[in-house]
Order: sequence, then structure tokens, then C-alpha cells
Amino acid sequence: MAANLMEPAFTTSRAGELTRLALSGDWTVAAGRTLEKQAAALGAAAQGAQRVAFDFANIGKLDTAGAWVIDAARQKMAAQSASENLSPDMATLMHAVGWRDFNAGRAPPPPQSALYDSFVDVGESVVEAGHDAYTGVAFLGETVASLSRAVLHPAKFRLTSLVYHMENFGLRSTPIILLINFLVGGIVAQQGIFQLRYFGAETFAVDLIGILILRELGVLLTSIMIAGRSGSAIAAELGSMKMREEIDALKVMGMRPMDVLVTPRVLALILVMPLLNFLADMAAIFGGMVVSWIYAGLSPDAFLSRLQVAIGLNTFMVGMIKAPFMAMVIGVIGAMEGLAVEGSAESLGRQVTSSVVKSIFMVILVDGLFAIFFASIDY
Amino acid sequence: MTRQAPIDPATTEALIRVRDLVVGFGDRLILRGLDLDVYRGEVLGFVGGSGQGKSVLTRTILGLTPKRSGTIELFGRNLDAVSQNERRALERRCGVMFQQGALFSGLTVKQNVQAPMREYLDISPRLMDELALLKIELVGLKRDAADKFPSELSGGMIKRAALARALALDPDLVFLDEPTSGLDPIGAAEFDELIQTLQRTLCLTVFMVTHDLDSLYSICDRIAALADGKVIAAGPLATMLASDYPWLRAYFHGKRARAIAPPAEV
Repeated sequence: MAANLMEPAFTTSRAGELTRLALSGDWTVAAGRTLEKQAAALGAAAQGAQRVAFDFANIGKLDTAGAWVIDAARQKMAAQSASENLSPDMATLMHAVGWRDFNAGRAPPPPQSALYDSFVDVGESVVEAGHDAYTGVAFLGETVASLSRAVLHPAKFRLTSLVYHMENFGLRSTPIILLINFLVGGIVAQQGIFQLRYFGAETFAVDLIGILILRELGVLLTSIMIAGRSGSAIAAELGSMKMREEIDALKVMGMRPMDVLVTPRVLALILVMPLLNFLADMAAIFGGMVVSWIYAGLSPDAFLSRLQVAIGLNTFMVGMIKAPFMAMVIGVIGAMEGLAVEGSAESLGRQVTSSVVKSIFMVILVDGLFAIFFASIDY
Repeated sequence: MTRQAPIDPATTEALIRVRDLVVGFGDRLILRGLDLDVYRGEVLGFVGGSGQGKSVLTRTILGLTPKRSGTIELFGRNLDAVSQNERRALERRCGVMFQQGALFSGLTVKQNVQAPMREYLDISPRLMDELALLKIELVGLKRDAADKFPSELSGGMIKRAALARALALDPDLVFLDEPTSGLDPIGAAEFDELIQTLQRTLCLTVFMVTHDLDSLYSICDRIAALADGKVIAAGPLATMLASDYPWLRAYFHGKRARAIAPPAEV
């Protein structure tokens, strides 16, 4: 198409007070900036003329853009103007595409200072954060209410859905959770051995591994992985259902989205998280055992007997107690962000991202609160 | 409404020429040796039962669905024989309006119309703004709809916005997939009229998949009917009414068709 394109052009001839602009070539948008330049030149050529005639006899092609710029040039002229030799097709086009000022009567918004804008931004963020906290608590309450309904009326509970989500969130994330925890257990062991070797206390690396993994790392890594894997899935699923009015369809059928969609997912997470946490702990300790064997020559037997001395049941329980709370945090945030999706694909992406960021942040915050709590009760 | 002179297949250039097209999914054949011509300057209405493959044909012509065999010529060029660049140039001359609009949900109506312009045109931002607003006005949307997002539009406005985007690059050939579906009868009639007006002013060739008998009666120059994977009849409305193919009889002589008074001369 570009090959056989003729550049838009025109010639000017003056006869008395009449200026005749004879247009030629293709006045189409494919000409790009040339089209705009030629249109500007039309205005310049007619400067000072009393009457202007546009001659369309030799014009090649004309599209809406061409018609628009020609008519814009014509209407902005001071002189009287007329069009000649228009073919019927072009006349229809010129009539339909008559130039009009789209900006007439629309004053641009008054400029604000950067300082003002930044104050507005800060204020809006604070209000939004407060609003987030409020809706978060409200949503948590709704979830708890829905969970208790499920407990009170177990017959109406959606067991199939629960099992399906447990498989998705639990069984299918087992391999990756085993793998990363095995690696992290190994890494902690290696660093522990290297640093404690200076003091000739290599065997205390076992204490480090056992306590650090069981109390903190196992549950944290599992939660972060699940937030990224399952929390985002919850947000995306509910979000796209919201976009396609499926949530509204549920509501008008008299089903509560809370009961049908949110509770099975949150409950599934609450049930599988301790299981995953247990597997994570075992994998990490196994990783630590392998690395201790390689780097410190500590046989598995010696490792296990040392571990028995180093940890108690409470060490293990500290991690396990936290797991269902982490699951609750991840599930509630994922569902809340998913249900906050609006019409656009962009908003879906934004909410999914925000669900992951918020749940990882909250997981770490909750972990910190638990650390303070356990320290104060000396557990 | 005055009709233009009927299209004479012998003298008019065919913008789309499909020959012996076979398309299938798995072991199921949807189109089995389909032939179709769309001539310059006409409005072709394409009808067929649900699931017969109307959308598949449109998607195959546009290159979205692969074909098993057969040839498709667009603007006289065989699509199998053209280079990537040439193919893109041909695609630029086609505008497509999808059934659900397929507007980009993260962009306003104006940005949607400008999306193909930004990609292909070298013009000043000011002219681009003006052209986008012009297209939006041409399809009958108000000036303030330009800054709305698709989720804020009604069904009819989405159709119009999608049409404005299809017209963004001043295409020669426009594909419309069920343009009047989901519109009320008055809105549908207005949309028909809009398509006809635009077709005249912008010298468009229109390939329109439709179920709307009113559209077929009022704006289509020719109709092609799809059944059993082939075009079973193509021609003006009179040909359709005269055909005794069972599906066509049911379609054009059924209860819903009777509610519409066919033009007196037919």
C-alpha cells in the first residue's frame, strides 16, 4: 500500500481576489506528518486572499483524516471559501467529517502546585490505609461468621469444594515446599557450621537448625510460598468471577459468596497449612542433616541424638500453632482483594499483586507478634 | 432507503475470495470446502445456524484460526503467498468489531480508538486526538464518552466504541460479528442505519455476521448462508426467499420472519 502512495500536494494560483488551491495526490492518514504540513501550508497559501476555492478535481484518495485537515484549514481561513469538483463520494465524506473544535468550551483544569499535589497524595493514601484496615477487619468478621455457620450446619457445608481446594492448595504445593525447605535447611546448616567452627562448637549448629527451623523459618517459608501460590490464585479466581458477574449471579440465586466461595477456600488453607508446615519442618531438618554430614562429618545418628537434646515439644509447637493463623491471614486477604476487583483486566492484575504483597507483609507482621507473645509467656 | 446499483460480480473487484476452505478441530470438520466472495462496496450479511462455523470463518479469514486447506485471498493477494510485512499491511486495511466489543478494559474509549493509530501512524498527538474524537462522534457517541472506561459503558455504547476502534485506521474492509446482538430493536435499527451511513461516507466494504433479520432486510446488499460447512446460497434477499433449502425456508419463512414485511418488490 505504501508503495503506490502519492504524496499529498497542491498548487496555488491567484486570479484577482480569488485564490485557487488545486489539491492533488492522496490526502490520507498514511501520509502522516506530510499531510499535516500540507494542510498547514494550505492555510498559509490563502493568507490575504479575499475568496478561496478548493479544487478537488485531481485529488487521488481522500480519507477521514485528509477531509478533516482540509476542512480544518478551510474553516480557520478568514476568507470566504468554496469547494469545487467534488465527487459525490467525497462530498458525503467532507460533509460528515466537517471540522469542529473539540476543545471549545472545555477549559483545561487549573494547574496545582506540586506541593499541593503531594499533600493530596499523602492524605489520600492515609485515608485509603484506614479504609483498608476497616474493610479488612469487617471481612475477617464475615469470614468467621461464615465459618461458624459451616460448623453449626455441617450438612449444608460444601465438602466437595473443600476437598478440591485442599488438593489444590495442599497436595499440589507439596513438592515445591519440600524442595525450598530442604535447600534452606541445608543453607542454614552450612552457615551455622562455618561460623560456629571458629569457636569449635560445630555440633551446636544442630541446635541452631532445630530451633530456627521449627520456631520460625519453616512456617515463614511455607506461608510466603502459599501466599504467592494459593493466595494469588484465590484473588485471581474470585476477581475474574467478579468481573464476569458470576458473583452477582450467585447472590441473586440466594447463595452467599462468602459461604460458597470464600469459606471452603479459607478452611482448606487452614487445614492444609499445618500439614504443609510439618512437611516443611521435616524437609528442612533433613536438609540440615545432609549438609552437617557432608561439612561437619556429623553422622545422622549423632545429628538426631543432638537434636533430641536441643529441642523440646514446645519448639515444634510454636511453629505449628502459627500455621493456621497464617492460613487465615492469606486466605482472607486473597479473597478480599479478589472481591475488590472492578471491571478492567488492569484492576485484576493490581488486586492480585496487592493480595500477594499484603499477605506476605501480614504474615511477617503476625509472625513478629507471635514472637513477642511467646517470649512474654516464656514458651 | 435508496439502494445503490446492485453489485455486478463480473466487473467488481472481490476483496475477499475464499476457495475450497477446510477448517476443523480434532477430528471434527467445521468448514468443508467453503467458497465465498465479498465484493468491493457491498454489505454482505452472513447467516447460519448457531455452531455452524460463522465465527470460525471470520476468524480464519483474519488469520486467528489455522486452516487445513484451501485458499483465502484478501484484496487480491493470496494470504499463503504474502510476506509477514505484506500481511500486516493487508491487516491494516481491515477493521474488526468483535461480538463482545473486545475493548481494552484498561484504556478509555479514546485510548482504545487511538491504540491502532499509535502503532501505525506518524501524526501529531493533537491530530490523533482530533481524529479519535471524530471517529467517536461518527459512531454516534457523545463527546464525554471518550474519557470513560469500557466497564462504565452500556452494551450499545460498547458496540459503538468497538466500531469506532474498528474504523480507526480508515479501513477498506470491515468485519462485524453480530453487530446488533444484545441491542433493543430501536437501538439495533439505529445501529443498522449507522453502519449504512458509515458504509456510504467512508466507502466501506462490510462483512457482517448476523442473525438479525431486520439487518438482513434493511442494509445487506447480498446474503450468504452457511450450512453443513459450505455456503449453500449467496445472493440478494430474493435469492434467499426463493431457495427451497430447508434451513433457509425455516429461517426466512419462519414465525419471526413473518413479523417483518418483506420489501414489496421481492
